[in-house]
Amino acid sequence: MATMSLGRALNAGLRQAMERDGKVVLLGEDIGKLGGVFRVTEGLQRDFGDRRVIDTPLAESGVVGTAVGLAMRGYRPVCEIQFDGFVYPAFDQIVSQVAKLRHRTEGRVAMPLTIRVPYGGGIGAVEHHSESPEAYFAHTAGLRVVTPSTAGDGHLMIQQAIASDDPVVFFEPKRRYWERGEVDDTPTPVTPLHQARVIAEGTDATVAAYGPMVATALDAARIGGEEGTSIEVIDLRSLSPVDFDTIEASVRKTGRLVVAHEASVFCGLGAEIAARVSEHCFYHLESPVRRVGGFATPYPPSRLEQHYLPDTDRILHEVDRCLQA
Amino acid sequence: MAIAHVRVPQGRIPEWMGFDGLVQLISVDGQPTVGCPYWELVADVGAEQLRELYTDMVVVRRLDAEAMALQRQGELGLWAPLLGQEAAQVGSAHALQPDDFVLPSYREHGVAYCRGVDPVAMLQLWRGTALSGWDPADFGIATPAIIVGSQALHATGYALGIALDGATSAAVAYFGDGASSEGDVAEAFGFAASYAVPVVFVCQNNQWAISEPVRLQSHGSIAQRGQGYGIPGIAVDGNDVLAVLAATRLALARAYAGGGPTLIEAVTYRMGPHTTSDDPTRYRSHEEEEEWRVKDPLARLRALLRSEGLADDPFDDETTAVAEDAAARLRRGCLALPDPPPDALFEHVYAGPHPLLQEEREAYEDYLSTLES
Repeated sequence: MATMSLGRALNAGLRQAMERDGKVVLLGEDIGKLGGVFRVTEGLQRDFGDRRVIDTPLAESGVVGTAVGLAMRGYRPVCEIQFDGFVYPAFDQIVSQVAKLRHRTEGRVAMPLTIRVPYGGGIGAVEHHSESPEAYFAHTAGLRVVTPSTAGDGHLMIQQAIASDDPVVFFEPKRRYWERGEVDDTPTPVTPLHQARVIAEGTDATVAAYGPMVATALDAARIGGEEGTSIEVIDLRSLSPVDFDTIEASVRKTGRLVVAHEASVFCGLGAEIAARVSEHCFYHLESPVRRVGGFATPYPPSRLEQHYLPDTDRILHEVDRCLQA
Repeated sequence: MAIAHVRVPQGRIPEWMGFDGLVQLISVDGQPTVGCPYWELVADVGAEQLRELYTDMVVVRRLDAEAMALQRQGELGLWAPLLGQEAAQVGSAHALQPDDFVLPSYREHGVAYCRGVDPVAMLQLWRGTALSGWDPADFGIATPAIIVGSQALHATGYALGIALDGATSAAVAYFGDGASSEGDVAEAFGFAASYAVPVVFVCQNNQWAISEPVRLQSHGSIAQRGQGYGIPGIAVDGNDVLAVLAATRLALARAYAGGGPTLIEAVTYRMGPHTTSDDPTRYRSHEEEEEWRVKDPLARLRALLRSEGLADDPFDDETTAVAEDAAARLRRGCLALPDPPPDALFEHVYAGPHPLLQEEREAYEDYLSTLES
């Protein structure tokens, strides 16, 4: 057990995956000597060489399309997309090739890619550096979409993603890169990649969150607790598939659900979860499912992002609306 | 065909400005050309191999015609004919070694045939019984890429894998003049050149991307497109099977020797429609089609074989019989292709368990079972 930041935990997880399997190669822009703009790959090229940690030309479709060819050759590529807003040039390769090749070829061609994407806002960045595009990928059959919220999960989940024979879009909450947590090299039991986790128990309402919003939800639960509202918090961890069993079990207990994410609410993960819960838990619900997230606007300039990003107050406001319903 | 004899001094592409800048070994009227340095690359090709090339071209043309007919009769949803491109495909495919890996577009039936793919298997995606049709590992050829140009990057990545493995083989991407405008092709050039990987880009410039003439894609030469990336190009008469064979051998030899990527532009003509859904009379002239008919790749090789005394009537009869037999087998195989069962919908979407997919599958099976009573 060691304490380290999420960024370091991801680095350690990548290192272990590379040590375990010689077919794991890293591709991306500035991931070599620089160690990536967030230093997640720091030291890996030095230790594994430039044939396993490969700086690429600046072309995201090229990064992913080349990784597809490497996978066809039997490699297990890990791509780094530098920022969320830079993933769109690779969208075609991810959606039309990475996601579909296994099915297209009736299982004859495997696509064990991991595509790492630092995502989300809250770091005062310029445009295209704060987006949350996870719903685009969760909508696409053939992909798995996951996002850790803690150092411990970052360390575990990056290794699980790389070991997966399915392609995994791995969203890293960039504003949490520097937050420290416990990392266990041999966690028991190992939580499966697709499984959600109840990280705070409560009885009055459930808040489901993922990635950067998990810490915010936990803060909200703590404040709510001080004000006499018992809030259960679920870290979804996996966005495709979503672990509905864990959510439904919680809602059957609390009768109320708020889903929080940074991405725009419209057609976001919260919409899918709300629909599902209304189908499966209708008679357990004490109030309509509420969603809190980004607005139906482009991501704002950084001086406005505190208005766009849900904070503890906005989460608690939605919890209150559930309780008052 | 062995390639060991091919000499590639410093991986250099021979200077050649003849025949309008095209490498050509058989003239339009079926005569051997004089002076083209690419002859050296096919010096080993004797009578038997020439006849083999011709037979393959005849067979793939016949298979193509049968598939067109099957589509017209409602047995295929769509077909993308290769008519006119037999030399570009058969010539380049004959240069390949078993360890090489081909990443084709959707028109490379001739390449797939030369790699040993069962033509019936090729029909599956066009009949709609499957999304592809064969195991790429069995034949050294991926299944068709329908998103044009996407496979150029896959070839580059595959070639990077070859380089990382330290193997002596190459990846070969086939795409068209239309795809040459795609960003993925440009990105593939960049990556391939940067890493100097063993990849050959074969662009069949068939003059038309559905209704768009090649000049709409570019006012310059496609073969020279690679120069800015440091990728040498070879412009070859794509209707001359020997010239295409020679150019591909040279490009492969460069790749095997660590010389990096080569771009081949095989200048040819799509004599038929883009697909069975297309109507070329709306956008191109009969005169143009007639101009190209004179350059027919099969007629040219047949004229050479005849004038060299390498083909006679019994050979023609034999070739026709082989082609007719292949066409009959294709038709029988096509009609016998079974519709997949409904649960094939849910197969192979993921390697590992996926609760949502499992739930949907079970729910749909239950639903279907309610219809059966």
